[in-house]
Amino acid sequence: MNIKKALVAMLMMLTVFCLPSIAQDRTVTGKVTNAKDGSPLAAASVLVKGSGVGAQTNADGSFSLKVPANATTLVVSSLNFETKEVTLSGNTVSVALSPAVDQLSDVVVIGYGSVRKKDLTGSVVNVSSKDFNKGVISTPEQLIQGKVAGVQITSNNGAPGSGSTIRIRGGASLNASNDPLIVVDGMPIDGGGISGQANALALINPNDIESFSILKDASATAIYGARASNGVIIITTKKGKSGAPKYAFSSQLSVSNITKKADVFSADEIRDIVKTKGPNYTSLLGTASTDWQDEIYQTALTTDNNISVSGAYKKLPYRFSLGNLMQSGILRTDKLNRTTVGVNVSPTLFDNHLTVNINYKLAASKSNFADQGAIGAAAYFDPTKPVYSGGQAYNGFWNWLDATSSNGLRALAPKNPLGILLDRNNQSNVTRHIANAVVDYKVHFIPDLHVVVNTGMDVAEGTGTNVVNEQAATSYMRFKDAAGKFHSGVNNEYRQTRNNTYLNAYLNYAKEIPYLSTRVEFTGGYEYQNYLTTNYNFNDQTFNGTVVNTPNFAFDKPEFRLSSYLGRMNLTVKGKYLFTASVRQDGSSKFNPDNRFAVFPSGAVAWKLKEEGLFKKMKSLSDLKLRASYGVTGQQDGIGYYDYISYYNLGSNTAQYQFGNTFTPISRPNGYYFNRKWEQTATTNLALDFGFADNRITGTIEAYKRETSDLLNEVNQPAGTNFSNKIVANVGTMENKGIEFTLNIQPIRNKNTTWDIAFNATYNQNRITKLTISDDPAYAGARFGGISGGTGNTILIHSVGKQRGSFFVYKQVYDANDKPIDGLYADLNRDGNINEQDLYQYKGIDPQMFFGLSSSVTHKKWNAGIVMRANIGNYLYNSIAASSGTLRNILNPIGYVNNGSRDYLKSGFSGNGSNYYLSDYYVQNASFLRIDNINLGYNVGKVFKNKAALRINATVQNVLTITKYTGLDPEMNGGIDNNFYPRPRTIVLGINLDF
Amino acid sequence: MKNNLYKQIIATVGAIVVLASCNKTLDLLPTNDVTSATVYADANGYKQAFAKVYASYALTGNAGPAGNGDIQGIDEGTSDFLRLWWKAQELSTDEAVVSWGDPGIQDFHNMNWSASNPMLTGLYYRCYYQITLANDFIRQSSDATVASKGITGVDAEAIKKYRAEARFLRAYQYSILMDLFGNIPFVTEAEALGSVLPKQRTRGEIFSYIETELKAIDADLVDARKNEYGRADKAAAWALLARMYLNAQVYTGTARNTDAATYAKRVLDAGYSLISDYTKLMRADNNVNTSEFILTINYDGLKTQNWGGTTFLTHAPVGGSMVAAQFGVDGGWGGLRTTTGLSSKFPDLTGTADKRSQFYTSGQSADITDLTKFTDGYAITKFKNLNMNGTPGKNLTWVDIDFPIFRSAEMNLVYAEAVLRGGTGDAGAALSYVNALRTRAGASAITTAQLNLDFILDERARELYWEGFRRSDLIRFNRFVESSYVWPWKGGVRGGTNVDGFRKLYPIPSADISSNPNLVQNAGY
Repeated sequence: MNIKKALVAMLMMLTVFCLPSIAQDRTVTGKVTNAKDGSPLAAASVLVKGSGVGAQTNADGSFSLKVPANATTLVVSSLNFETKEVTLSGNTVSVALSPAVDQLSDVVVIGYGSVRKKDLTGSVVNVSSKDFNKGVISTPEQLIQGKVAGVQITSNNGAPGSGSTIRIRGGASLNASNDPLIVVDGMPIDGGGISGQANALALINPNDIESFSILKDASATAIYGARASNGVIIITTKKGKSGAPKYAFSSQLSVSNITKKADVFSADEIRDIVKTKGPNYTSLLGTASTDWQDEIYQTALTTDNNISVSGAYKKLPYRFSLGNLMQSGILRTDKLNRTTVGVNVSPTLFDNHLTVNINYKLAASKSNFADQGAIGAAAYFDPTKPVYSGGQAYNGFWNWLDATSSNGLRALAPKNPLGILLDRNNQSNVTRHIANAVVDYKVHFIPDLHVVVNTGMDVAEGTGTNVVNEQAATSYMRFKDAAGKFHSGVNNEYRQTRNNTYLNAYLNYAKEIPYLSTRVEFTGGYEYQNYLTTNYNFNDQTFNGTVVNTPNFAFDKPEFRLSSYLGRMNLTVKGKYLFTASVRQDGSSKFNPDNRFAVFPSGAVAWKLKEEGLFKKMKSLSDLKLRASYGVTGQQDGIGYYDYISYYNLGSNTAQYQFGNTFTPISRPNGYYFNRKWEQTATTNLALDFGFADNRITGTIEAYKRETSDLLNEVNQPAGTNFSNKIVANVGTMENKGIEFTLNIQPIRNKNTTWDIAFNATYNQNRITKLTISDDPAYAGARFGGISGGTGNTILIHSVGKQRGSFFVYKQVYDANDKPIDGLYADLNRDGNINEQDLYQYKGIDPQMFFGLSSSVTHKKWNAGIVMRANIGNYLYNSIAASSGTLRNILNPIGYVNNGSRDYLKSGFSGNGSNYYLSDYYVQNASFLRIDNINLGYNVGKVFKNKAALRINATVQNVLTITKYTGLDPEMNGGIDNNFYPRPRTIVLGINLDF
Repeated sequence: MKNNLYKQIIATVGAIVVLASCNKTLDLLPTNDVTSATVYADANGYKQAFAKVYASYALTGNAGPAGNGDIQGIDEGTSDFLRLWWKAQELSTDEAVVSWGDPGIQDFHNMNWSASNPMLTGLYYRCYYQITLANDFIRQSSDATVASKGITGVDAEAIKKYRAEARFLRAYQYSILMDLFGNIPFVTEAEALGSVLPKQRTRGEIFSYIETELKAIDADLVDARKNEYGRADKAAAWALLARMYLNAQVYTGTARNTDAATYAKRVLDAGYSLISDYTKLMRADNNVNTSEFILTINYDGLKTQNWGGTTFLTHAPVGGSMVAAQFGVDGGWGGLRTTTGLSSKFPDLTGTADKRSQFYTSGQSADITDLTKFTDGYAITKFKNLNMNGTPGKNLTWVDIDFPIFRSAEMNLVYAEAVLRGGTGDAGAALSYVNALRTRAGASAITTAQLNLDFILDERARELYWEGFRRSDLIRFNRFVESSYVWPWKGGVRGGTNVDGFRKLYPIPSADISSNPNLVQNAGY
């Protein structure tokens, strides 16, 4: 436990800095107060100008300072207040300090504390509520989409509350998680969803959020150690404010519509194709003309209402909020109804020595999940068929029939898309409570020392039922019981609970040392995190309750735990040289006892160049700061909880083995990897912050290099040496290099009008540098990314020397007219055969560059804004074209007709064999420019006899996308476009009423 | 008073920190999964672990039909032993073609597979998976270990039998690997799991190992036809020896035909007899065919579900105008057919002159212009998920048919061929063994003059087609890669062509080559 020793040493150093100042000539006493409300200011610094002599104020704002006889001026300063100089004209002085102008945005929340923005040494970006995206925002991360350089937020799809995939600087891992750590009010939360709500963040009301801090480099993140390799997002929720109760009410109504449908044939086109290309299929054609996509999509209405009150009851500041979101999906039957409650009380006790901050958030959501299988079915289902058959069978929906089959349906043929939706009722109820209390005690006898304890819990429960009715084609006669009787439909339950507990306690000591012109700050503490999930298992039942299958165990309780020590030192010398060093030791239950602990150090320096003579004189230059940092962070998410030893797993009761006349349950030893340990990422960061023209132009240019070693990587095992042929081991290295550029400009700033422009650009280059223990040139890499065509085809690969997630494809051969030749691919290894050895790495799924641009104008009572994003260099596999744009798909050999992608007109592919699935023809450039959001607002001003202030606004979301990509949407996670739930265009009208 | 409060707060905070850091351990255990000590604590645990050793050649994983697979890097539904081994043994020959586009599946018939073929990789790791499970079980079931758990008497005796069978299954998988891949890595229970990188042994060394091992366990195996259905007995070990000896020339360069005849006869003399109706071999309730079946892989529509095995062999050949219900299933997968290489070996396509001729020809063309078109090539109706009385099996998706990996009819043919190849034996008996098969099939008996090696190869096709023998048979008769015998689309050419001689062996998968530096790839790959 070296860390423990280090903490002891740190505490000893604290006492050294506490030594009293040396005696001086005369004594000046006085009091420092807050100019705003007259309250005493504790821990303010009082310095004799031009000397190293100084003191700090006590809890009541008083100070006593022995000053040299020749002293004339005192410099009084305090965190978050404007520094003031006062002339000495007696032995008592009263000083009132004004709060710093932009106090809120000046303080940035970091791990285990906060820091003035200008004192930052690491790469931390703060986005506060005034810069949030507007419109219907159902999950928090979408508030800052496109706002921060190096941060890519991609909404997963258009389903209500579906959440987003967040990548900070591209992520650091291959097979382990690339999701950043998310910390809400100081408490790390579990990124995973819960049954009935796939997105953990969707249960936090975006309206309750005050600010985001995004920690990008290791200097900022290493204090979070083992979970920090992918960056950290700290969410701070709104707090109570002193004063009379203030009410804020907002209401939004929005309408969403599909913007683009999958490009498939019309009924008449299908009839033509069948008649010319497959005459013996003509008997299968119908006479209807159905656009199945029109049948399954709808215009969706959403309402979002929020009310909050904040103020102080006596000396108890509070904030209470209530929100309700009722969102319909554009896919019929999709619904989300979420009610959220937020409570914050933040009392200050014992002469401001004890600050308590209690947060409680409750979310209760009720969802109805549409069967998203209908999306693919609607694209592919034969458009010459009517929606309804006119009969009673299968709830009246038209389906492919086969009189010889037991259930009358043609096996393997797609089912009626509208039937898929309307025959199913999947409802979930999710409740989640997040509560934490932060106690900050400023020690009475050492006022520079804070003891902070943050303890909390995150408790959630998701339950639901999935019911498919008895006549539904999707599960008609799906089970034959022992008596030979058939049963239909589904009537299943699901339930999951989560119980995460958190404790963090740390000491913080900050001291101005006037005679050294130095400020030091130490933070040291302990953290404990426990993540417990309970998965309940239920019978698989048909609609009438007949049991198809029973689980072996009623529940399973996966759990992991982290136990950590952390320490940080900040040093500010002469107000311009800044140093930060941090260290953290983590212990994780996921590793064997010998590999369990790891230390993650970091260090950073910053130099405020603006304070140096040369730059100080430059009037147009308002800020200039150089920052450099290095640190190591870890990764242990996305791997097995227990598999450092082999455990035996009992097979399901449908996986038994027959000996004689009895079936014996089976017991399997699972694959394991004893020596698994942390994945580590070393990050070097170099940055320059600048500001011109009274900070009307500010920006940052930042370069980084991140090297991940001991990659948690699924590798092949030598045959006969493990119970699994592939296992996640620590093999390989990867690097990310990038440049980030941020520019904020305020071209107009006057009494009537302000115009703000914020631009950010990111370049990130990812390279896998090693994947196997011994270099093997014949090893192409780790293939992944299953596609729907064929059985078991994959389209992606991680290969050494290439970016993570390259496409692994055949090189299509084209004719003189640039038409791809069916079944002809380049024989890259020239062995006369076309097989796996002719696949090559082509492009990749991640963009090399991405940009965000926000602009907002306020003119008198009007305001308007626009948010745009662009990605360059990302490619997508058009799985819809590949799996349906062939003749074999349209004229299905099993004996039915499908609709298909109109790409067939271009390719003319027969669809025979399997190689065409892997043709680079289907890998398309998906670079795009998207206008995410255009908004317009009008501040009506005082209404209701001056009792309230009213603002009204209108927003259009997902306005326009410009791309060469031919599929539905160029922006998808994972590089494969397959039955994507379309992102709708949404028009929002809203009002805000403050009273 | 106030000071006391502060002290209390500090004390509380301190206490929380101390409690959290000291009392909470980082050793956590799974809820339902257990350690080997728990599994191997009693006779019941032994039986469940033992059942997994068998189940690993029937199932794809621990959840039926899928969801918790054993083998990674391959679609789980295609990752069982029989489906993969069948493709390697049958799709590469005149007996079978497939219309699908699964990755690597067309390489078999085109004979252009590479070391990264995912199906060969899956098959290789599946075989070693069963070996690894067997090694684990064998390690845990030595007499001393069993005694140390306090297991005695009948239970200990049963475990002794299990252990011998685990050794048999390991030997069986080594025989498959030897046949497919030649020189292969070798690992037994002697090396602690993962402690050493397995060393490569030559095909001949593996042959000797299997031979020694099978003879060593003979005493511990249950007597022929006395074990529970689905479990190996002495006859299974003899049948495997007979099969290996017949191919010994290929594996070791030295013929062992007398041994082949001896062991085939030993099996037949143990009391096996052919069932009366050939067309009832592969039926949903074929577990009653114990007079002929020596060892089966057992499947069950309710209890042993997976997407490979006989579920694959029953659904995949149904397509075109075939009616799925007539095969006891809910739908065809429109994949497998055969070539004229097989169908031309029968006197007719209707089964009139030889009941073993089980083809579906309506709407199917004999000639194959397009391998990926189901109606090109005759379909085969050998596997039916129907009970002998015509009712469907327990489930219409996952079938009940058990697959015989050894049945006595093979031994009839092994004996005859071994004697024809010069092994010591009775020529008269050889002829009568062959004629017994023909008589059952309603085919005309042959004379001694007609019984020659070419006849045997064709008779093996007629009797044993689609049972996983063809590739090994063609190699033994020097007709697999050579131009002396071609079939439609052999080598990817419509008329058929010879291919490079190195393709008599499959390549060691590159996944193992790159993770085990002890391995040397087969020549040509």
